[in-house]
Amino acid sequence: MPFFELNDVHTYYGQIHALKGISVKVEEGEVVTLIGANGAGKTTTLKTISGLLRPRQGTIIFDTHRLDQLPAHKIVAMGVSHVPEGRQIFPRLTVLENLEMGAYLLNNAAEIQQNLDHVFQLFPRLKERVYQPGGTLSGGEQQMLAIGRGLMLRPRILLLDEPSMGLAPVLVEAIFNIIRELNQQGITILLVEQNAHMALQVAHRGYVLQTGRIILQDSAKALQANEMVRKAYLGEE
Amino acid sequence: MQTETVAPTRAVSRGIFSSQMLRTLFAPLGQLAIWTVGTAVVLSLVVLLLALIFRTSSSGVDRFTLVLSILPQVIVDSMVLGFVYAMIALGYTMVYGVLEFINFAHSEIFMIGAVVGAEVLISLSEAKALENFNPLLLILLIIAAGMAVSGLVAVVVERVAYRPLRNAPRLVPLISAIGVSFFLQDLVRMLESIWRNAFYRTYPDVPSFSQRISFGDTLDVSYKSIIVVVAAIVMLLALNYLVGATKIGKSIRAVAQNRATASLMGIDVDRAIALTFLVGGALGGAAGVLYGLRFSTINPYTGFIPGIKAFTAAVLGGIGNITGAMLGGIVLGFLETFGASYLSIFTEGAFGAEYKDILAFGILIIVLIFRPKGLLGEVVGERA
Repeated sequence: MPFFELNDVHTYYGQIHALKGISVKVEEGEVVTLIGANGAGKTTTLKTISGLLRPRQGTIIFDTHRLDQLPAHKIVAMGVSHVPEGRQIFPRLTVLENLEMGAYLLNNAAEIQQNLDHVFQLFPRLKERVYQPGGTLSGGEQQMLAIGRGLMLRPRILLLDEPSMGLAPVLVEAIFNIIRELNQQGITILLVEQNAHMALQVAHRGYVLQTGRIILQDSAKALQANEMVRKAYLGEE
Repeated sequence: MQTETVAPTRAVSRGIFSSQMLRTLFAPLGQLAIWTVGTAVVLSLVVLLLALIFRTSSSGVDRFTLVLSILPQVIVDSMVLGFVYAMIALGYTMVYGVLEFINFAHSEIFMIGAVVGAEVLISLSEAKALENFNPLLLILLIIAAGMAVSGLVAVVVERVAYRPLRNAPRLVPLISAIGVSFFLQDLVRMLESIWRNAFYRTYPDVPSFSQRISFGDTLDVSYKSIIVVVAAIVMLLALNYLVGATKIGKSIRAVAQNRATASLMGIDVDRAIALTFLVGGALGGAAGVLYGLRFSTINPYTGFIPGIKAFTAAVLGGIGNITGAMLGGIVLGFLETFGASYLSIFTEGAFGAEYKDILAFGILIIVLIFRPKGLLGEVVGERA
């Protein structure tokens, strides 16, 4: 049985059929990426997994648990952490309070402190700004905060939605290094990216989405070599 | 919802936990003191200046002496009213913070607190138990009773009348709130009529509350006023601590700032919203008890005017902003009391205390024209 599996998932926004049967498998310890153009359904897929949207059909299984009928706050408790698109930090909570919210489900102060130290070790920048309201951070710092917040629970699988969006190239590089590092620490990652070039460099496998369907799936290496992918998503001629 | 307190975490500051905690707890005390004193000084200067300019009235009375002689009393009365408004305003502003809608039934939550306080006191009085009670204990008892019932009613109202409409268009829950407001008024009226055969209730006279302390010739303060102000300050500090430094408070703020993301943190959003209603309702209930103590006679329709004024106070301070609600309440209480006390002196009786609301609301409209987001408004914006 796979570690994490979406099986024929259909999600709707009202009458709009956004996901038309998505099936994705992620094995423990893998980095898997979903790539595709705007509106392909990448973000919708993540939102459906984390419970922000409810699938109308299909199953989502994580480590023998069914996720598809659970509310969002119970899915996090299973160890599924979603770092949403556009960072979505709490602008009027301090950096520290934002991180504390990430550890909302933990009650052991020592454990929270340990996770906090871990996040500060990954993002020393955040430590310098602990008492600053999240809304006053720069875009890159907010992204670090969003990822750090997602790590405060020591998740078993991390859903990352467009972590490089709107960041300067040097920061994009830094974020992808962090993703690699996290994966080496044993965290399974499902990564949604428009920057297919970077995503396919860190990922083991990838899925290509188009208008709510998966049109291609393969190892990252093979996708990088695939002519259609190169033309449509890597911007090569 | 905004609070600007930088709250320490237990995790990071365990060593300095106690001093940090004390600071979080008492920092707002300084803020409350500054606003109260500031508003008092500004308004006092304005009336004294006016009295100097128009010193002698047509009947030869020296206005300056008159204004000065009642000033201490006016300030005390302003504080009593202002703190009551502040407590009610918090309920409006907290609910607005999490749901972005005005809970018009909050004035009835306040009224229910006043009615519960009255009934507890009346029952004790009928049982001839009032004299045997320690006055401090008695105060705590009636406030706790008012808070408990109002808090619970607020939670039930949210569950029954607002939660099913959470994804409906904005106006729908608003209409529901107005409906709940009428429903609660008449429900209380019906229950009181069945039980007591009357729905105008008067707080029985508790001898130890009715004592007065005199400071010189000009200031004569009743114990009731002191009780109201002290109780209100304790409540405001407790709320500030709850929202600023506890896990529950932070989860409420997180839900207010970004509901979907809060749920991704594992926060049960429905529970956080229910807690907001519980806390806001309990504060409203406490305010109702204090209002009843101070103004004695209440009825099921008592809540409307103070409710509307507290809502105004919340808007004046910056709706959704907790500190703003406190400031708005204090300012409105002062404006209203100063208007009630001094209008007739300056207009030689042409405009009496009954025009106080025109004065207070006139000034409010002017403030809001220049600061549409309220006195405190948005302090920290979102970036990126």
